[in-house]
Amino acid sequence: MKPPPFAYEAPTSVADAVALLAKHDGEAKIIAGGQSLTPMLNFRLLAPEVLVDINRIDGLGDIVDDGQGGLTIGALVRHYQLETSDLVADRFPVLSAAMRHVAHLAIRNRGTIGGSLSHADPAAELPMIVQLLDATLTIVGSGGERRVRAEGFFEGALTTVLADDEIVTEVALPALPPGTGWGFEEVARRAGDFAMASAAVTLTRVDGVVGDARIAVMGVHDRAIRIPDAEAILTGSDVDGAAITAAADAVRAAVEPDDDLHASAQFRRHLIGVLVERAIGAAWHRAEGESQ
Amino acid sequence: MSGTSPGQLPAKVMISMTVNGDAVSEAAEPRMLLADFLRETLGLTGTHVGCEHGVCGACTVLMNGDSVRSCLTFAIQAEGATVETVEGLGAVDQLSDLQQSFKEHHALQCGFCTPGMLMTVTDALRKHPLASDEEIRDALSGNICRCTGYENIVKAVRAMVAKRDAGGSGA
Repeated sequence: MKPPPFAYEAPTSVADAVALLAKHDGEAKIIAGGQSLTPMLNFRLLAPEVLVDINRIDGLGDIVDDGQGGLTIGALVRHYQLETSDLVADRFPVLSAAMRHVAHLAIRNRGTIGGSLSHADPAAELPMIVQLLDATLTIVGSGGERRVRAEGFFEGALTTVLADDEIVTEVALPALPPGTGWGFEEVARRAGDFAMASAAVTLTRVDGVVGDARIAVMGVHDRAIRIPDAEAILTGSDVDGAAITAAADAVRAAVEPDDDLHASAQFRRHLIGVLVERAIGAAWHRAEGESQ
Repeated sequence: MSGTSPGQLPAKVMISMTVNGDAVSEAAEPRMLLADFLRETLGLTGTHVGCEHGVCGACTVLMNGDSVRSCLTFAIQAEGATVETVEGLGAVDQLSDLQQSFKEHHALQCGFCTPGMLMTVTDALRKHPLASDEEIRDALSGNICRCTGYENIVKAVRAMVAKRDAGGSGA
């Protein structure tokens, strides 16, 4: 089908974009890469009065070294930039690895980090990775600027804390501690499809045991989530078989997957445990390499 | 510009871009997809429209050098951009190296997916090593061929990779 009629605005500043969103009071939608929004418009699942195209706003398209081992990523940074950035590969290789699983090149050329986070698909990679990496999102609205931790940003499927007049402008990724290894696992029906399930893990090795554990999963809940129960099991352990199995069981207990055409809930619950086990193994192996 | 009330469509706006080297400027509604602008407004029907929601890859074109789904891009978003379509690759009596490779390897049957395949491969040859058939298949995974003629498409791409890596044109 064809999209419903809409008016189009292309502001050149965040302030102008926010003013347009406020003026249209819930009847406007932001378009960035458009790789999720445009299909919804083509299917007429949405009929906004106005599209506010933020692609012409300067200053949102860069990956910047924060000077403290972390990175600040502008909302308009494309998936392909993240995938191929040397800075990202150096600081957050788990992010580089995840980006290779995001759709296809033509989608990655257009899709943006701000768009993916704001869209909040429960089976998308970036909402999981920003929670894994303890990111902080900068959000600008009529009332000014606020910062929200990634874990508190997602409320459910396609739902976030963003108000109608707010835009995500920046994603800050703080440095990972020394001695941190990572693991990323995903299973999809075909290359580039949405994941049936995916897990991402970082483990920080301190004195031969896990000093800090982070486990995030997606595709198996109404949103990507961290699993604190599983993280607690690994913390302080030397990642032996019993700890890995217990952590995977904790993940299976914490998620509430849905049935759909691609996989049953039962299968997804089984699968996510397997992926978490593999990701833990990879993360610990890398952490040992980092510590030597 | 404000929202629409029933019965009132947003006015057409002038959209200017460079398509296959030619500057074009045409009026279109903001909701017009780039795919439809190319096909309906400019008459460049080489770009095909399959699924209209970004899954099949038939409508893939290059925008500022990058492959994009022209069904997931509004024409108005291409204002000022450089767009390349299959018509820009070569002509029937003067095929590009990539088109020639598809022909030689019988990499098309009905041909519906071919323009999107060609534009996707053009971008992938620039950006990816494509060192193995697995990588080639991965690069093609966003383009669906309902004749299921993938094997020969992989062969055609493999030949282009060899040519590129030997210092040939690559596209």
